Amino acid sequence: MTMLPPSAPKKLGLVIDLDICVGCHACAVACKEWNDGGQFGPLPDENPYGREPLGVWFNRVHTYEVEPKSNGKPPMTVHFPRSCLHCETPDCVTVCPTGASYKRAEDGIVLVDEDKCIGCQLCAWACAYGAREFSEQRGVMQKCTLCVDRIYNETLDEIDRQPACVMACPTRARHFGDLGDADSAVSKLVAERGGYDLMPEMGYKPVNKYLPPRERRDGCASTSAAAQDEKVDFSTASPLLRWMDRILSR
Amino acid sequence: MRPTFSIIFFTVLSGTGYGLLFLLGAGLLALWPHYTAPGAPDKNGITLTLYTYPRVIDYGLLIGALLISVGLFASLAHLGQPQRAWRALSQWRSSWLSREGVAALTSYVPLLSLVAIFWLPWLSPSTGADSFVWSVGTLARPLGAVLAICAILTVYCTSGIYTSLKTIHAWHNAYVLPGYLFFSLLGGAAVFWMLHVLSGNLSDPTLRATPFLIICLALICSVLKLAYWRFIDTTRHPATAESATGLGRLGQVRSVEAPHTEENYLTREMGFALARKHSAKLRGIALILFGAVPILFAIIASMWPALDWVGACFALAGVIAGTFVERWLFFAEARHVVMLYYGAARA
Amino acid sequence: MPHADLRLNEPVGDEVKTTTCYMCACRCGIKVHLKDGRVRYIEGNRAHPVNKGVICAKGSAGIKQHYSPARLSKPLLRVGERGAGEFREIEWDEALALATTWLGDIRRTNPDKLAFFTGRDQSQALTGWWAQQFGTVNYAAHGGFCSVNMAAAGMYTLGGSFWEFGEPDWDRTKYLLMFGVAEDHDSNPIKLGLGKIKGRGAKIVAINPVRTGYAAIADEWIGIRPGTDGLFVGALIQELLIHDWIDFDYLVKYTNAHYLVVRNTDAADDGLIARDAQDNPLCWDKTTATARPAGGLDISPAIAGEFALPDGRTAVPAFQLMAERFLGAEYAADTVAEQCGVSTDTIRRIAAEMADVAFKQEIRLPQRWTDAHGREHDEMIGRPVSMHAMRGIAAHANGFHTCRMLHTLQMLLGAIDTPGSFRYQPPYPKSVPPANRPGKTRKDNGTLDAGPLGYVHAPEDLLVDANGAPRRIDKAFSWEFPLAAHGMLQSVIRNAWAGDPYPIDTLFLFMANMGWNSSMNTMQTQTMLCDRDPASGEYTIPHLIYVDAYSSETVAFADLVLPDTTYLERHDCISLLDRPISDADCASDAIRQPVASPDRDVRPFQDVLLDLGARLGLPGMIKDDGAPKYPGGYAQYMVEHERAPGVGLLAGWRGRDGSKHGVGEPNPHQLEVYKANNCYWHAEVPAAARYYKMANREYLTWAKSLGFVGSTDAIVLELYSERLQKFRLAGLGHGRQQPPDRERERVAKYFDPLPFWYASDQAAENFPLSAITQRPMFMYHAWGSQNAWLRQIATRNFLYLNPQTATAHDVADGDWVWVESAHARIRVQAKFHAGTAPGTLWTWNAIGKRKGAWKLSHDAPENTQGFLLNHVIDDLLPPRSDGHRYANADPVTGQAAWFDLRVRMSVAEPES
Ligand SMILES: Nc1nc2c(c(=O)[nH]1)N[C@H]1C(S)=C(S)[C@@H](COP(=O)(O)OP(=O)(O)OC[C@H]3O[C@@H](n4cnc5c(=O)[nH]c(N)nc54)[C@H](O)[C@@H]3O)O[C@H]1N2
Ligand SMILES: Nc1nc2c(c(=O)[nH]1)N[C@H]1C(S)=C(S)[C@@H](COP(=O)(O)OP(=O)(O)OC[C@H]3O[C@@H](n4cnc5c(=O)[nH]c(N)nc54)[C@H](O)[C@@H]3O)O[C@H]1N2
Ligand code: SF4
Ligand code: SF4
Ligand code: SF4
Ligand code: SF4
Ligand code: SF4
Ligand SMILES: [Mo]
Repeated sequence: MTMLPPSAPKKLGLVIDLDICVGCHACAVACKEWNDGGQFGPLPDENPYGREPLGVWFNRVHTYEVEPKSNGKPPMTVHFPRSCLHCETPDCVTVCPTGASYKRAEDGIVLVDEDKCIGCQLCAWACAYGAREFSEQRGVMQKCTLCVDRIYNETLDEIDRQPACVMACPTRARHFGDLGDADSAVSKLVAERGGYDLMPEMGYKPVNKYLPPRERRDGCASTSAAAQDEKVDFSTASPLLRWMDRILSR
Repeated sequence: MRPTFSIIFFTVLSGTGYGLLFLLGAGLLALWPHYTAPGAPDKNGITLTLYTYPRVIDYGLLIGALLISVGLFASLAHLGQPQRAWRALSQWRSSWLSREGVAALTSYVPLLSLVAIFWLPWLSPSTGADSFVWSVGTLARPLGAVLAICAILTVYCTSGIYTSLKTIHAWHNAYVLPGYLFFSLLGGAAVFWMLHVLSGNLSDPTLRATPFLIICLALICSVLKLAYWRFIDTTRHPATAESATGLGRLGQVRSVEAPHTEENYLTREMGFALARKHSAKLRGIALILFGAVPILFAIIASMWPALDWVGACFALAGVIAGTFVERWLFFAEARHVVMLYYGAARA
Repeated sequence: MPHADLRLNEPVGDEVKTTTCYMCACRCGIKVHLKDGRVRYIEGNRAHPVNKGVICAKGSAGIKQHYSPARLSKPLLRVGERGAGEFREIEWDEALALATTWLGDIRRTNPDKLAFFTGRDQSQALTGWWAQQFGTVNYAAHGGFCSVNMAAAGMYTLGGSFWEFGEPDWDRTKYLLMFGVAEDHDSNPIKLGLGKIKGRGAKIVAINPVRTGYAAIADEWIGIRPGTDGLFVGALIQELLIHDWIDFDYLVKYTNAHYLVVRNTDAADDGLIARDAQDNPLCWDKTTATARPAGGLDISPAIAGEFALPDGRTAVPAFQLMAERFLGAEYAADTVAEQCGVSTDTIRRIAAEMADVAFKQEIRLPQRWTDAHGREHDEMIGRPVSMHAMRGIAAHANGFHTCRMLHTLQMLLGAIDTPGSFRYQPPYPKSVPPANRPGKTRKDNGTLDAGPLGYVHAPEDLLVDANGAPRRIDKAFSWEFPLAAHGMLQSVIRNAWAGDPYPIDTLFLFMANMGWNSSMNTMQTQTMLCDRDPASGEYTIPHLIYVDAYSSETVAFADLVLPDTTYLERHDCISLLDRPISDADCASDAIRQPVASPDRDVRPFQDVLLDLGARLGLPGMIKDDGAPKYPGGYAQYMVEHERAPGVGLLAGWRGRDGSKHGVGEPNPHQLEVYKANNCYWHAEVPAAARYYKMANREYLTWAKSLGFVGSTDAIVLELYSERLQKFRLAGLGHGRQQPPDRERERVAKYFDPLPFWYASDQAAENFPLSAITQRPMFMYHAWGSQNAWLRQIATRNFLYLNPQTATAHDVADGDWVWVESAHARIRVQAKFHAGTAPGTLWTWNAIGKRKGAWKLSHDAPENTQGFLLNHVIDDLLPPRSDGHRYANADPVTGQAAWFDLRVRMSVAEPES
């Protein structure tokens, strides 16, 4: 249903830790692989071995550099994965004329019902986060499903009922859980680390949160004070003299 | 935003069509038949005769129907699954696209009934004048009213599709709705004038009035558009690369590597960027075509009625061409916030 | 109702099999889901010790590799010119018969005329042994152009090394320094580790000209100038020395810091370690004021001073020599700051921070243990400063010494295999250096007396002829590159073409893209492969057999192409005798099992190699009656072959009933057990044996029981390398085996018993910029580009540079520029990246492709926009005074010096 469901207590989503993301693209490819062969697939790749390969991806990894305000600090390189944020009040759902684009009442996952989609692409225009992709080949809109076909899948072991991208991430920078539950591990993580929303000014209320890079302890933050206070007599011409009368044992 | 021909074609043609239908509907409601030829009312108190209706209406209704229908089909071409288009009628409670569909289809009801009313007697002379006159007398005005409302509503919904998109600053603003409405009226008026000239009924006072209507609409559209352009040139979307990534807290954000080295759906669809100088040129051209040209020829025509047909042709050509350019720019100049993730300086 | 057809409980596939990934050399455990006989989904195996369930981009894209259109499908025989890529498909019998004739003639006449080199290989335990049985000295794997500097520097100093043979103590380290690492072989373990330690709040310092990937998440980025790490590390050492930030107890207990070194200028014993009659190294015991065996207990060794030996000679402790070296002005922080582009303050601060963590934040692990001398300790002291280094250090001509310097730094901090520091991964540590020497003489049955690769211990072990000329085609183990422990694959094609030191008959390449991204000077390399002898009209390299699974660039240059399977279609063995996948707490090995059967006429190369061996009648590959010994192919060999009694390729479940581990007679059911155990075996290091492995009795006993070490004697870390000094002495005219005069100077200079820094011989004037490459985490060398998913991430590569560097050259973001070395120039597109050190240019490695390769369309960006830096990297150094040109490599180990490249840059006309 294209009307948004009444905000439900359960808000499943991802928490992505930009502090440890090394930009390896593992999440993006794992996502592509899981969904390409699954019920939301295929994720078409137009001329895959040619001049302008054009594929559908639900998850893409950017690289940014940040020129720090506090001068003196070196520029930072930040890797930034981007997928559907499963917003609470997203226009991608309300603009849909067919009801194909909908938000699940039970857990807030935003999905596209490909059998209803007419491929008008209006939802892609309405998404502020570039999470929806369309390919001529299939003529329907596709997007991150939060691996809805994994997270409840009883044919998988309990521990494997997680999004493919989360399971793949080699630095464990991706976390999945219920952001509606203040006591969930993800909610705690967000509280602890100051997790934030992307483009809050859009008013879509993203469920997914990003954890900011931790304060970099470079330059200024020197722990060396303690080490300095060693009572070493630097006046001696050469340390060799100090060492001559060092008594050691083995 | 990438200007998609099918969409531009659709909005211009159907816009013009609905403009024309609005004028006809409004005319039926407000103008005709009151000025009609003299003659004592008959026993039923009806003073009408078939011929007191300007022929332009019959043709106008057909042309209008043609324009909106072609437009609608063009819009289907843009869909990935046209065969499912009917589903688009279901979500009128939230979706402007759905509402547009509903409104567009609804407008066929008054439209087709009027077409029937005005054409049946011609197609089947058997139907007696009386019955026809009766039907016209009783139905033309209310149907005209309904048609006018449906037409304007449809255009309103069309604009709603764009104005509702918070992601696109150039669309999500107060200038877009009036823009759509007046451009459709301008187009409609231009067609209307053309039909008049063709209908050859030069005594018809509405004909004498049309050029002035066109001058007014052309002026309004020009002012609106200038204001709109000033608006999008001087204001921007609140979002920035810093807010899009949330990294603003750390400093200034610059994209180093896009996820993929080649284009993708998003960059193709929303990454279309028009160079400043090009847009300036095209804006000028549009302004001349939909503004200056019709005004100029409307004036000429009203001075030398003999040149009516010349004026009508140029005005129509100018308005349609101008609206195409204007609509193309409407897309080409629009920036989508998502491009902030791909290194866009602003949205 | 929304989504009528949403199936939440759809099974992934109809079958799951476990095996080992081989989209790269990390060799993670994977679960392969099959559906209707096709691979549906590949996921990381949570039960696997290497990746613990995670999987990288390459691993997930394995499915596209497995079904790549670029897969070879039948043996190919060249019909056109070399390089043209015109072939005729032939049957396996014809192919093997042909190979057998070529190789048969060689073996009968002179086995050395076969040059058998393998690149991206995991079967060195087999290929090396095969070469030994064939009897050629001309065998090597890819280490020579890869990272032999890390291996050699480590093995000749610690008996272990960085690379994939050791790891930081991910659970305990508080301070990690990463020198020149972009991805490394331990791709997933390193990422898991980094994620872990960041969570713990340990500080990470990345020393790297480029800030991406791992460096991006580091706390501190030190954008060093390429090739100058030796200065930076030298300065750190000086700081430690000045402030006494040194673990002296550790030094005298576990290193040879206190060993007495003879001072006898110009004499044959100068710089050698003083020994007693029983050949025990001596140290100066302060309590008795006598020279006593350095390995002795309850003595008080001097670390500085000059002492008179019983025989009257004078000697000084090794530590003093080391200190004198690094206290020198050339290693002072303010001297080096300018050269390496790191401020004096930063150098001093980093030294202080390391010292603070090592000594003020030391770890005391309540774990009783017994050292190799039988002394009980009730806790394990940890110096939680760890280091990891890779090709940023290795791929320079000064990499061996720079890496040795890093190990020196670790020793001074007492930070080798202690809680929180660098840790050995079993089977390491081994003796310094490991015992096995390269084989050099052929036995009567034509086999070599030992494997062709090994560790040269003394000049006598070199492979040189009577005149001191190289005996190997790649000149490894010659006076030019004496410690080339992994051979020098990068020199083979040129030398074979030039007939220097001698012409060969057949070049047999396996899994090495030598026609492209794995060669320096790529274009000339291709012409050498195609060059004909004007006299005979024959190709100067008469025969070229190549084994690949995909249509790589090199395929086009082969005479005979033997198509391999994909990694999902064969048995493989990840053996402890090869490049192990162990971690610091477990010794592990693994297998690969076929999860899909080939839909093409291809065969696993290992099977083919054993088949060839049998056809050639090679000892060990046929029964007494001449019948093939391993008709079951590699799977049978993995189980039945014994290197030494009870020692085979796989360590797990040996013995008839599978009850023995490490050593034990073959177990016919071994493979089934592996398959039932996620395709790997591992043995946990006992709790009390997890640190101080080099001198931990429990560890050494455990390691000996598994056949990793020969004895339980302590392994002494070599702060001072007497072994290198012996080569220097030879260069100076001492000893039985001496270099020819033209090599003396070079040997004497570079065989310094103590690490030192030197600039490379690359022409630097007129070429102000350094140009380097980085591994993209999402691609593996050449082969990612055939992968429909991976190539979308980068179908082309750019030249990244700091905006400062750019403006200095009037280059704007996105400009096309010429990058020109003394050797060649390429036209590339520049892109700004502030996280690149000024003066450095870099790009992703191996993205550019040769038209026609990898089944890419001719207008693919890889062919038109992408580029290889290799085109501008010369494979030779500028000529010596007498015109001789050495390979562009480290003079000690022969490691290819990829990153010494110097270039200049100028704006080029824009893309047409
Ligand atoms: N400029 C520059 N050049 C470099 C480097 C650098 O840093 N910069 N790095 C160097 C280093 S460290 C290395 S190790 C080399 C790369 O070392 P190489 O070993 O040359 O790696 P590849 O270039 O990938 O070549 C491996 C070949 O094996 C093939 N192959 C893949 N899978 C299989 C299989 O299952 N069976 C068989 N038979 N073949 C297979 C691939 O198709 C490919 O042709 O590159 C070197 N070149
Ligand atoms: N994804 C992926 N993983 C791989 C490979 C692959 O092709 N793809 N290849 C595998 C192979 S064969 C190998 S050998 C390993 C290599 O593993 P790495 O050593 O990580 O390989 P490189 O990408 O060559 O990394 C070299 C790093 O050193 C930096 N560097 C260059 N010069 C200097 C210097 O002078 N000083 C310092 N401090 N840093 C410097 C470069 O910026 C770069 O970050 O990776 C293995 N893993
Ligand atoms: S897999 Fe993890 S580390 Fe790699 S890009 Fe995705 S989020 Fe970052
Ligand atoms: S990210 Fe985009 S697609 Fe996903 S819910 Fe939000 S608006 Fe919709
Ligand atoms: S593309 Fe499909 S999902 Fe998106 S708005 Fe149109 S119909 Fe709805
Ligand atoms: S949650 Fe599933 S669909 Fe969404 S990005 Fe991750 S893997 Fe892809
Ligand atoms: S790191 Fe290497 S072995 Fe591990 S999953 Fe990735 S490609 Fe496979
Ligand atoms: Mo390598």
